[in-house]
Amino acid sequence: MINTKDILETIRMFDDENLDVRTITMGISLLDCIDPNVEASCRKVYDKICGFAEHLVQTGEDISREYGIPIVNKRISVTPIAILAGANPAASPVHFARALDKAAKTVGVNFIGGYSALVQKGFGPGDYALIESIPEALSETEFVCSSVNVGSTKAGINMDAVKKMGRVIRETAERTADRDCIGAAKLVVFCNAPEDNPFMAGAFHGVSEGDCVINVGVSGPGVVRAAIAKASPADDLSAIAELIKRTAFKITRMGQLVAREASKRLSVPFGIVDLSLAPTPAVGDSVADILEGMGVGQCGGYGTTAALALLNDAVKKGGVMASSHVGGLSGAFIPVSEDAGMVRAAKSGALSLEKLEAMTAVCSVGLDMIVVPGDVPAEVLSGMIADEAAIGMVNSKTTAVRVIPAIGKKVGDELNFGGLLGSGPVMNVNRVSPKAFIDRGGRIPAPLQSLKN
Amino acid sequence: MRAVITVIGKDMVGILAQIAASCAKHGINVLEVTQSILQDLFAMIMLVDITKSDATVAALSEEFDSLGAEMGLSIHVMHEDVFNSMHRI
Repeated sequence: MINTKDILETIRMFDDENLDVRTITMGISLLDCIDPNVEASCRKVYDKICGFAEHLVQTGEDISREYGIPIVNKRISVTPIAILAGANPAASPVHFARALDKAAKTVGVNFIGGYSALVQKGFGPGDYALIESIPEALSETEFVCSSVNVGSTKAGINMDAVKKMGRVIRETAERTADRDCIGAAKLVVFCNAPEDNPFMAGAFHGVSEGDCVINVGVSGPGVVRAAIAKASPADDLSAIAELIKRTAFKITRMGQLVAREASKRLSVPFGIVDLSLAPTPAVGDSVADILEGMGVGQCGGYGTTAALALLNDAVKKGGVMASSHVGGLSGAFIPVSEDAGMVRAAKSGALSLEKLEAMTAVCSVGLDMIVVPGDVPAEVLSGMIADEAAIGMVNSKTTAVRVIPAIGKKVGDELNFGGLLGSGPVMNVNRVSPKAFIDRGGRIPAPLQSLKN
Repeated sequence: MRAVITVIGKDMVGILAQIAASCAKHGINVLEVTQSILQDLFAMIMLVDITKSDATVAALSEEFDSLGAEMGLSIHVMHEDVFNSMHRI
């Protein structure tokens, strides 16, 4: 029989430490829905999504009940819509956003990602129109998430896109100002975006992916925090890394089990398990708490970046053996508003935007769910995106910016998004203008490390 | 197919009897039982065969949830694969 201690440990992880499978995300290719007639194309998009994902939510709920594993979200990612919009650049891509939103509502998923454009090297036929339509699309829809990839290690950084995105983020926040600027929380600007990421808001189904695939995102900061809390103060950091690895292994195995089962029941190939530590606003389910558990006085103080580097690496090392295919973002997320410990640190002044930027050099994504004052100019947001993209480009890692300008609010105020998105304090932003730099536009050339052949 | 039933809570008369009676009612064969009492805390783990059960794991889980609420115990029914995949390579 299975060891009693192991059984009780598992029960405790689910009951007290918020262990869950964060998302089952079905990736669906829409390449066969391309049509110069936008209405026809939207109809194909709606029909294909509803056909493929008809049983997604029910299957997720069945697995959750039968295995006793909480599966929080069921979601869909699709081919970047700019590719479909390119067939008729004159038509507004917002038609596609409405079709995606309607399909999401029909099949019952809580987010659909892929209102996206990949412009790291230049703008294709549908890219301009799609980027310009993001504010309207996100303000008119409920479930649609959008992302734009502006840079990569191979291609460099498209600074024209960086300039645009500063303005697009502001406009999206303005258009949803009556709803706590929620639109901007559903928009991510990437460098080195992964094509198989199951997590929102940045999920999209890459063009090199199969027709349909199941990706699973596991979570479990609460479990890691609890494991570290039991460590002795005499344990050195090698011992802490071992502890995290072992815990990450167990969490990922559970994700692999769910992914395999979902793939079998839906008759859809299994893609990847994304072994990310994704915090929630629930007390204790926090990446900041893990860092503080390691001994950092408060998240944001010196030592935080080193502790996060250890955590991010140990999570990957532990998880990689537990799954046949690991992908997506995989690592530790640091979304401020979604993490009670981060919010606490930001409110107390221990955690600044500059420190968060340093942390993004070693975490799995980037500046995430950060609320900034409503009057921050677009060029400052563009400067922020450029800096993040540069960190990602040079370090061959994914970085991203998901900041929410709190229209009409200032430092010290708060935005409340509700649910897993949480609530966050408006953080102070360095206002020195990078306008002349941003206005230059053009491309930052790919770094030397891109020349690997 | 096998499942693991865990019961945790304050010790009292008849816990094992009640759980076993529910299992028998659904045609569930009990394969192994281990139980321990640490101070007042009762912990029982039961490995059961549910191949011939007339109820699904999901239905059993709901039934044991309400039984647990009545008795003031925390009762879980989980598929054996969850433990096997998490704790065995």
